[in-house]
Amino acid sequence: MNSRAGNILYPIAAVICLAGLADATYLTVVALTGETAACGGATGCFEVLGSPYARIAGIPVAALGVLAYFAAFTFATFARFGYARARMFFGLTVWTMFAMTLWLLYVQAFMLHAFCRYCLFSAAIIFLLAGLVVVNPTPDDPEDAEGGA
Amino acid sequence: MKRYLPFVIVAVVGLATVVTGTMLFRAKRPSVPISKNLTASEKPDADARHVRGEANAAVTLVEFGDFQCPPCGKLAAASDQIKEGYGSQLRVIFRHFPLHNHKHAQEAALASEAADLQGHFWEMHDLLYREQAAWNKADNPRALFATYAGTLGLDVDRFKSDMDGPEVKERVESDQKRGTALGITATPTIFINDVQIVPLPVDVAGVRAAIDSALKAKSPP
Repeated sequence: MNSRAGNILYPIAAVICLAGLADATYLTVVALTGETAACGGATGCFEVLGSPYARIAGIPVAALGVLAYFAAFTFATFARFGYARARMFFGLTVWTMFAMTLWLLYVQAFMLHAFCRYCLFSAAIIFLLAGLVVVNPTPDDPEDAEGGA
Repeated sequence: MKRYLPFVIVAVVGLATVVTGTMLFRAKRPSVPISKNLTASEKPDADARHVRGEANAAVTLVEFGDFQCPPCGKLAAASDQIKEGYGSQLRVIFRHFPLHNHKHAQEAALASEAADLQGHFWEMHDLLYREQAAWNKADNPRALFATYAGTLGLDVDRFKSDMDGPEVKERVESDQKRGTALGITATPTIFINDVQIVPLPVDVAGVRAAIDSALKAKSPP
């Protein structure tokens, strides 16, 4: 990624990550409290969030989403300030989230036959982040020094 | 200063996430354990209409449920698993708490009460949960409820007329008022001997653990 593009795109990525972080935080709270009243009346939400696929080893998938979005936000922020390794970790995090999103979309479409709108929102965010990574594929720039701008 | 700025930004966002998540969790968390200051008539099991089990059972489980809520359906499907091994020690009570954002929940509750007027509440209760996926998205669930009434051998014309009557409506509203007074916001909400199971969501293991604990508390040392 060249430095000028990075100066624009990493802040954009960080803001997008914040939207994902808010979505995942809300879903985590829903999972932990058993809230059933705030899914906007969409039954698909209950079917997805109440399914066995919504937890991994007892941990809500949404909680893992919080960690992933926070990690992506952190890497995007540090990348904006010139930390070269943060760019690499940002790409790795986004592609891991992208792979997980594909799996979760498959589960919703073909196994549960129900969609949760919050999960779809998160999927859209991750597609956007993946798009940003694709647009800026080159991680190294000689101008950038490791350890800050 | 610029060197530390990314650390500051990340720390602020991390802190904001934790604080917001905690506040949201506290706002949505059920407001129990239930107060011991409730009078007998205010308790979850007072004046219960729909009871399975013996009156002198050591443990009383009260469920505030919504027929259109999928977690309630799952719990109903696992009811045999929950009750297994407890025999006459467990009494189960069902109360209505149809959520407003479930567009057919209120009608389903009325249907179960209309069936009760002909002595078949629990049969309709089980059928509504079992067939939840079928009527959940139906445009006209009443037609399906009438079919269920026919399947159960009820007088279908009377069932339809009872569904629109004031008596069944009053019964559902009465349960809802009681649930609201107890601070209920979500379904299923379960009380074991007047103590609410928290945190939600309740599952088979959680309910059984609460029953076991209540039984232990009742048994002599």
